[in-house]
Amino acid sequence: MQTDSAQGLGTDRLIVASSPHLLTTDNIPRIMHSVITALIPAMAVSVYFFGLRALLLLVVCLGASLLTEWGFQRIRSKPITVYDGSAAITGILLGLTLPPGFSIFGAILGSVFAVGIGKQLFGGLGFNIFNPALLGRAFLMATYPVMMTTWETPRTFTKAVDAVSAATPLALMKFEHKFAPAMDLFVGNVSGSLGETSAIAIIIGGLYLRYKGYVNWKLPLGYLGSMAVFSGIFWLIDPVKYPSPLFHILAGGAMLAAWFMVTDMVTSPVTALGQWIFVISAGIIAVVIRLWGGLPEGVMYSILLMNALVPLINKYTRPTVFGAGRNQGGA
Amino acid sequence: MADAPISLWHEFKKGLWQDIPPFRLVLGTCPTLAVTNSVENGIAMGLATLFVLLCSNVIISAVRKQIAGQVRIAAYVVIIALVVTVADMFLAAMFPPISKALGPYVPLIVVNCIILGRAEAFAQKNPVLPSVFDALGIGIGFVMSLATMGVIRELLGFGSIFNFKILSEAIFEPWIVMILPAGAFMVFGGLVALVNFISHRRSSGIIS
Repeated sequence: MQTDSAQGLGTDRLIVASSPHLLTTDNIPRIMHSVITALIPAMAVSVYFFGLRALLLLVVCLGASLLTEWGFQRIRSKPITVYDGSAAITGILLGLTLPPGFSIFGAILGSVFAVGIGKQLFGGLGFNIFNPALLGRAFLMATYPVMMTTWETPRTFTKAVDAVSAATPLALMKFEHKFAPAMDLFVGNVSGSLGETSAIAIIIGGLYLRYKGYVNWKLPLGYLGSMAVFSGIFWLIDPVKYPSPLFHILAGGAMLAAWFMVTDMVTSPVTALGQWIFVISAGIIAVVIRLWGGLPEGVMYSILLMNALVPLINKYTRPTVFGAGRNQGGA
Repeated sequence: MADAPISLWHEFKKGLWQDIPPFRLVLGTCPTLAVTNSVENGIAMGLATLFVLLCSNVIISAVRKQIAGQVRIAAYVVIIALVVTVADMFLAAMFPPISKALGPYVPLIVVNCIILGRAEAFAQKNPVLPSVFDALGIGIGFVMSLATMGVIRELLGFGSIFNFKILSEAIFEPWIVMILPAGAFMVFGGLVALVNFISHRRSSGIIS
């Protein structure tokens, strides 16, 4: 995915290069802008359910992320890559993982941390170990633990009251043993973070990305499948105590994470075997945290934990070079 | 080293910036990270370390010719442990709340790299007077470092300094992360970067 070479060369020059000859027009801005397009349904649904407050949070996160990227690159005298859209995605994703009543200053702080420390401090796009948006959210979770877990009920056709605090389906599951109906989770008619609540909006965006070919089907399906199978085992053992697999993959951040965070090209493994290891482990960790951990939601930490192991996974799943012996080619 | 004329002022000054312990030498990071969640704790820890450093430097420098080279580390540790015990008991007797807040970190001064480092690098080669200035400089630099960490973390984590409320809850929601270990590492990393940045700019002549 060399972006510079295609743009830098004039058309009248003869290009002599060795194979493979790539004819693709994909580059970073094109992919990133497709991802932003794919996030539009989730954003629209969040504004529908949580009102203009949600729009304000999303705009603030977006603006703060772009400004941080620009400022950081300006200070370090690096080429300004604000327009490639990667910082915009970080901002939008962070915004979608915040509760609707979150403070504006907190949103700015999280965006600055996500882009500044989560991405630029590691060397910019392509060098970050952790998903920047999730790192920003983890920072906010440690900074404002109360504000990060104060939720509001969504507005619906029948009830248009603003800002009624309510527990998320996962918190209800964990602390009161009540399971929300799958249909509400599917449409998004539950309390939770801005973009997490509506599974259908996220699936539409995810399928669009899949259609464009920017999502490796292994990652989202492997993640959701791993969560479903692992939670399904316990559901079969005791359906009263443990929620169904459908609940697990529709509730909380699982769907958003599966389509937009697990699939992050920078922070997921490059080999096929590595990707399976990555998503299956992350799915199991998420369910373990949800069922037995101290927190109701484990998706964020499951991905961050596995992000940390990606370099190791890449190293040990390196494919054998064709023709090389077993001993020389393997890791 | 012993033959060259030693400027006492230089020995004192180097600990304040050029060799400031946690940020330039990255020594003594354990107390720097562990007890700086308030300014009060940070300064108390710094002063205890300063006292231990001063006493151990003076004693080691005074007896440096009597200690055989092969057993010097063991001898230094015994001397340092003696002084630390005095400091620990003094704090427990005179300032019980601070002693309680610092917990095991006062006895742990025994294994603080700054103390043994100065004994090994300076006091065993130099007379008593330069060793005093060396200890004062490094010790005050350490107090300053812990106080800086404490000010940042207490201000952001509790909205107060010396337990005195500065930022009211109405305008500033405290950052809980700053009083957690994660916040200590972040502030420490930020300050190391800042100190390196400033000295890099200085040495490349941008700031004279």
